[in-house]
Amino acid sequence: METMNFLEQFLELFSNFGNLNWQMLVMWVVGGLLIYLAIAKKMEPSLLLPMGFGTILVNLPLSGAITQGDTEGPLSVLFEAGMSNELFPLLLFIGIGAMIDFGPLLEKPWLMLFGAAAQFGIFFTLCIAGLFFPLKDAASIAIIGAADGPTAIFVANTLMSDYLGPIMVAAYSYMALVPIVQPPVIRALTTKKERCIRMSYQKGSVSRTTRILFPVVVTILAGLVAPASVALVGFLMFGNLLRECGVLNSLSETAQNALANLITILLGMTVASQMTADKFVRPDTLLILALGLFAFVFDTAGGVIFAKVLNIFLPEGKKINPMIGAAGISAFPMSGRVVNQMGLAEDNQNFLLMYSISVNVSGQIASVIAGGLLLALMGV
Amino acid sequence: MNFASLSQTLPMMLIGMVGIFIVIVAIILVITLLGKLSNR
Repeated sequence: METMNFLEQFLELFSNFGNLNWQMLVMWVVGGLLIYLAIAKKMEPSLLLPMGFGTILVNLPLSGAITQGDTEGPLSVLFEAGMSNELFPLLLFIGIGAMIDFGPLLEKPWLMLFGAAAQFGIFFTLCIAGLFFPLKDAASIAIIGAADGPTAIFVANTLMSDYLGPIMVAAYSYMALVPIVQPPVIRALTTKKERCIRMSYQKGSVSRTTRILFPVVVTILAGLVAPASVALVGFLMFGNLLRECGVLNSLSETAQNALANLITILLGMTVASQMTADKFVRPDTLLILALGLFAFVFDTAGGVIFAKVLNIFLPEGKKINPMIGAAGISAFPMSGRVVNQMGLAEDNQNFLLMYSISVNVSGQIASVIAGGLLLALMGV
Repeated sequence: MNFASLSQTLPMMLIGMVGIFIVIVAIILVITLLGKLSNR
């Protein structure tokens, strides 16, 4: 009898195995894949690694990492504290703002037009996603095209989308896949002659006053048109003001390093709390991943086609290499580098880096404004 | 597929793209002006 009790108690230790289902196993594979991509392929490791590990953590049966019944789990608490109110992505934006040097863009502000054109994928995807999803989810999926993780989190969360997990995975994965996604689209839309257009670069000068007033002006203008974007734009620009003011270097460095790193650790793990099998393993997820890719493709196309249209009106010798339009997405600095490398591959003396990086930086501002406009259009 | 959603989303696409160009053009104008004023 005692032997039976001992055996029952022993088996009870493993009773949780019975709660395991195939969907959880799928999520372990997804988590493992994210960790693999982060370590072996160095794809956005600072986010994909915490997300991958967190995915495994929350998909263990009756995981104590997330709330189960009345028992609160730490990741669920973090989600309530930092994600449901959009605090984490906004704090991360202070760090990102402090990292960005808008100087080259301020020398040639007209390059910002490409940043605007390259947001086309967001709004076009909204139309396509609207065919399959309710409007709030369609808008949340469309914002994957912002190529900007914090903006995607902010918009999807504000719109209370049910698909935060897949949207995050798509947003960060495609950002890392820019070198694979963009070149075929650029090649398909341009001729070799267009890709070989050289653009001479004369370095201009930007006054300190302009650098300091730029974040203030952007915040005011974006806030007036899209009040919902004030938090997003404002935090990004506040970070940039810390950098440019010249009297708060220690705060700027803290924002760029300690703050950004701390939030990144928490952000990845907290996003993973939404990647439970019941929310992720469903046909909708594949559709969201496909629509995210669609958004990136049409963002790229939007920028390239806009440059081609401008070229119709520009005289010979002043024409723009249409590839720089593709850098108008927010994936910084990958997109700018990809365009420069493509230019060098066509003509080893064609240096597009200063233009492509400037356009890429403008994409960061434009994607945030696009997110704000999307929220305004949704009536937030 | 909900084709009726296009009547809502197509105008949103148009307004969104026009809106983003308006904001960006306004920023470009102000920055150009600032540059000119501060270089005097």
